[in-house]
Amino acid sequence: MIRVELPTHLRALAHVNSEIKLEVEGTVTQRSVLDALEARYPMLCGTIRDHVTKQRRPFLRFFACEEDLSHESPDAPLPEKVASGAEPFIIIGAVAGG
Amino acid sequence: MSRVRVLVGTRKGAFILESDGKREKWDVSGPLFTGWEIYHIKGSLADPNRIYASQNSSWSGQVIQRSSDGGKTWETPGGGPTMGPQGFPVGESNKFVYDTSAETGKPLTTHQFYDGTQHPWEFKRVWHLEPSLTDPDTVYAGVEDAALFRSTDGAHSWQELPGLRGHGTGPKWQPGAGGMCLHTVILDPKDPGRIYIAISAAGAFRTDDGGKTWKPINKGLRSSFIPDPDAEVGHCVHHVAMSPSRPGVLFMQKHWDVMRSDDAGDSWHEVSGNLPTDFGFVIDVHAHEPDTIYVVPIKSDAEHFVPEGKLRVYRSRTGGNEWEALTKGLPQSNCYVNVLRDAMAVDSLDSCGVYFGTSGGQVYVSADAGDSWSPIVRDLPAVLSVEVQTLS
Repeated sequence: MIRVELPTHLRALAHVNSEIKLEVEGTVTQRSVLDALEARYPMLCGTIRDHVTKQRRPFLRFFACEEDLSHESPDAPLPEKVASGAEPFIIIGAVAGG
Repeated sequence: MSRVRVLVGTRKGAFILESDGKREKWDVSGPLFTGWEIYHIKGSLADPNRIYASQNSSWSGQVIQRSSDGGKTWETPGGGPTMGPQGFPVGESNKFVYDTSAETGKPLTTHQFYDGTQHPWEFKRVWHLEPSLTDPDTVYAGVEDAALFRSTDGAHSWQELPGLRGHGTGPKWQPGAGGMCLHTVILDPKDPGRIYIAISAAGAFRTDDGGKTWKPINKGLRSSFIPDPDAEVGHCVHHVAMSPSRPGVLFMQKHWDVMRSDDAGDSWHEVSGNLPTDFGFVIDVHAHEPDTIYVVPIKSDAEHFVPEGKLRVYRSRTGGNEWEALTKGLPQSNCYVNVLRDAMAVDSLDSCGVYFGTSGGQVYVSADAGDSWSPIVRDLPAVLSVEVQTLS
């Protein structure tokens, strides 16, 4: 079971109040987690990564296990603690404003 | 008794303001879609309970929201928990992909960028949603980078009308300061095939065959900020308005200049007349008097606020050239707000109501065609758009 944390605005859009738990088949990667997330919450399509290119939207970041994984390959395995559900995969909005 | 429902899009959410036909006491609901920019929210004439909203953020991009109960509840079409096993394609409601196929249009991949080089089209947001006049499930979307999309399934899926970008002048279009946006869509109520659109900074365009083919309609516009002031395209048109009772007559607020066309845009002439400044964004037409028009003059392109610290709507009852300042109930000192292009609307009650919203978060109403004004709300986030539904 993979745990995913969404930023506030996307939790509202997906009508969820807290952390999401997802079943992910095969190797746990950014791509497989986001595929499972979008399949369960179709309204999130296009809000985290581009509809066509599947590139991460520039003002969103991917964190896990106190590391920034935003620039890792989408097909690279996520840390074991994410794959086991011990740690969440965190989607977070970049800080903006002042 | 008739009622009005005012739909307000702001920098940080949407609000719905409702009143009876007197338009004196208001119920305010919202914010909806808190924290997101609502560039436009507009109801269907064919079914007033159907409302579409364009929801956008720099972080998470474009979302389309739809209500089928007059704004009480909302859904992302095709993306919500109500989607059945035979549902629509996953997440299609937010998907705006430019048509590059050879079969349906001339593939067009670049436009002029700020530095004069050619730049690929990149979708950024929906500026304007225009529901069909007859079918609540058909809606048009004007987007940035400039293109026109249409949905015929209630905003589940969107298809570009590629003839607009592909008609030939596209490589000469360029972004204005606010981006290269298609911000105005006008459907002709007497001719289903005729649609007018406007783009900053390209100009106005018209189709007479439902969107298959388009032509620029900018003859008579003069813009000193482009190399050829009389060019076929390149003009920064801010907004265009039309009376449904007289579709061939158009009024335009250009970057500078207020213009009029009496031949469906084939030619334009200036009607700025005695305005204190002819820069501005909004323009609208009285619901019952097709020669009564409204603008809010703004000081200049460098100073986007009303001149002299006075918020004044100007009204012409002669179709332009002769303008009177409408000030009763509006602040006449120390006021420095702007009124953006989609932030004015009129209702169709017997005594025409006029509404506008400001960058300072005020929404004003006049229930007497502009003679006097009062604020409905004073402290919303900056207002991006105002639309009104007249309900029986």
